[in-house]
Amino acid sequence: MSAASAHSVVESKPWTRHLAGGVVILYALITILPLVWILMTSFKTPPDSISYPPKVIFEPSLEGYVNLFTTRTRQTPEYMASLPPPENWVERLVRDRNMVIAGPSKFGERFLNSVIIGFGSTFLSVFLGTLAAYAFSRFKVPLKDDLMFFILSTRMMPPIAVAIPIFLMYRTLGLSDTHLGMILLYTAVNVSLAVWLLKGFIDEIPREYEEAALIDGYTRLQAFVKVVLPQAATGIAATAIFCLIFAWNEYAFALLLTSGTAQTAPPFIPTIIGEGGLDWPAVAAGATLFLIPIVVFTIVLRKHLLRGITFGAVRK
Amino acid sequence: MAEVQLQGVTKRFGDLTAVEGMDLTVADGEFVVLLGPTGAGKTTTLRLVAGLEKADEGSIHIGGQDVTGAPPTVRDVSFVFQQYSLYPHLTVYDNLAFPLRSPVRRVPEEQIRQRVTEIAEMLRIPGKLANKATQLSGGEMQRVAIGRALVRAPQIYLMDEPLSSLDAKLRAEMRVELKRIQKELGATLLYVTHDQIEAMTMANRIGVIDHGRLIQVGAPRTIYEEPDNVYVATRLGQPAINLIPRDLLPAGSLPAAAATIGARTEHIRIRKADTGSAQGRVQWIEHLGDQNHLHVTVGERKITTLVEPDSPLEVDDQVTLELINPLYFDSAGARVRA
Ligand SMILES: Nc1ncnc2c1ncn2[C@@H]1O[C@H](COP(=O)(O)OP(=O)(O)OP(=O)(O)O)[C@@H](O)[C@H]1O
Ligand SMILES: [Mg+2]
Repeated sequence: MSAASAHSVVESKPWTRHLAGGVVILYALITILPLVWILMTSFKTPPDSISYPPKVIFEPSLEGYVNLFTTRTRQTPEYMASLPPPENWVERLVRDRNMVIAGPSKFGERFLNSVIIGFGSTFLSVFLGTLAAYAFSRFKVPLKDDLMFFILSTRMMPPIAVAIPIFLMYRTLGLSDTHLGMILLYTAVNVSLAVWLLKGFIDEIPREYEEAALIDGYTRLQAFVKVVLPQAATGIAATAIFCLIFAWNEYAFALLLTSGTAQTAPPFIPTIIGEGGLDWPAVAAGATLFLIPIVVFTIVLRKHLLRGITFGAVRK
Repeated sequence: MAEVQLQGVTKRFGDLTAVEGMDLTVADGEFVVLLGPTGAGKTTTLRLVAGLEKADEGSIHIGGQDVTGAPPTVRDVSFVFQQYSLYPHLTVYDNLAFPLRSPVRRVPEEQIRQRVTEIAEMLRIPGKLANKATQLSGGEMQRVAIGRALVRAPQIYLMDEPLSSLDAKLRAEMRVELKRIQKELGATLLYVTHDQIEAMTMANRIGVIDHGRLIQVGAPRTIYEEPDNVYVATRLGQPAINLIPRDLLPAGSLPAAAATIGARTEHIRIRKADTGSAQGRVQWIEHLGDQNHLHVTVGERKITTLVEPDSPLEVDDQVTLELINPLYFDSAGARVRA
């Protein structure tokens, strides 16, 4: 009790705070370093990117980004000399390497596919998850505990374990390489997580709130929308981030089930080939751009996330 | 406002009978207080009237209409919950306006604003309207919760210990205020508490409830002066009624069936004993300011009574006690009338 009387229970001693701060900073450095590396590589020229020892100071170049968004062909010096002068900096950059732009690359489309499939499946998972979690939380559902366990059990194996049956099933159903197919697949994987997370959050919202609304003349659906949803916002935001991160980063199924129309960015980025092997700056540029939506989404929802990530344990 | 009638209402939760055979009529414009200890079934009774619980047996009528199976939305009651009645994501204003904005009412915003302002004045929280509900003190929250019920004029107000988290001074003010509002509106009100002062001061009638059963219903004075049994007698009175065996003190002629005597302060006359005639000894005096609690031992028994602060009695004084028209109870606890 002597420690508790000298310091409040909540406030820790200065040295423990410094230690904790140090650990957090160290951890942040370790996790941020690869990202910084990728960001730096994306602004290097291909020779700089593979030079040894690695260059920390270098002249930044947009070649990686140009290469990411274009396809190029190598030409003979005679042909290059016969061309009119380059119209813009992009063309000049490409011609410096004795190449001309053949057309846009597929990166834009693949990125858009990732956005559609990632956000689509996140929305669907959270939507279905919220409704299911509400029902499990508030109503007498027969075999409730068994159903909840069943829902959880769908995540007890790695999803890729069912890759072959899904591959065959999708081929038969014509869902291979379609946006709908990928959205359904990611939703199927995420919805169990969403139900479990959201049920925890909704369980914590006292029933009295809805009951008060019912007494005041609102229907159950109106009470759900006006009273439960706003209070579950934190949980919904946290759940949405988890779902989006999974769908956004998913690689194995995307590689297996998509090749063209619905291919997402993760299987596409490694296929960016430059002359004489992988074009590392272009790959790094793709990875950098690919990170941005998740970062933005997380920042937008971080107010909720900070509270949500504790899974309701300290929510008031 | 309307009459509310419960007939033989029973509610079970599994093996537990929370409310058993409840017969209670709250007349139009009447203020009825349900008084009982924790777990007695008070909240459950209110929830049954509101339609948040379905009665297993019996019927409920509001304004002559059978609502036994009706959902809460159509019953037109308003409810002050024991806790959690404010929406934390809304401001105080929006909380107060919430019942009026319900789709079944469609009150124009201008009228809502007027009504909310009025209620805020009445509850002395006008400066807090823009606050989030979470930025209020416990007492302010409870006042807003009462306000949420008062913004509309339902068939009946149901209030579940609405004053429990207020400090003593505010509670005393709110008691008076609530009673005044109820009288002014001619409101029908079913009010739950375990505070006997609230029950005594506000109720037209008190229903004493224990283990889901309504033990006795009556005007506060009747419940206090003419309790039907020992249980009701012990619920009211401060300090609590003294229950003493029949032959402990001389009490004149007792009814034959009387096994226990119930003696409140007003039934006990206490005097400093003349030498040799003492029955008890003053063990301890609690000074409450305006009055003193006197703890007296009679043999093995302890008796607590009130005396004036200027009473000459002191600790260790020998005293004689005389009982004047006390209450008698038989061995089963039922009242025996003299
Ligand atoms: N939903 C429920 N499920 C199971 N048992 C319940 C439920 N609601 C109430 N009970 C039980 O019913 C009994 C009466 O509860 P109730 O809430 O009516 O008591 P109360 O008189 O309001 O008590 P308090 O003064 O503590 O609020 C208690 O034993 C309680 O445990
Ligand atoms: Mg209660």
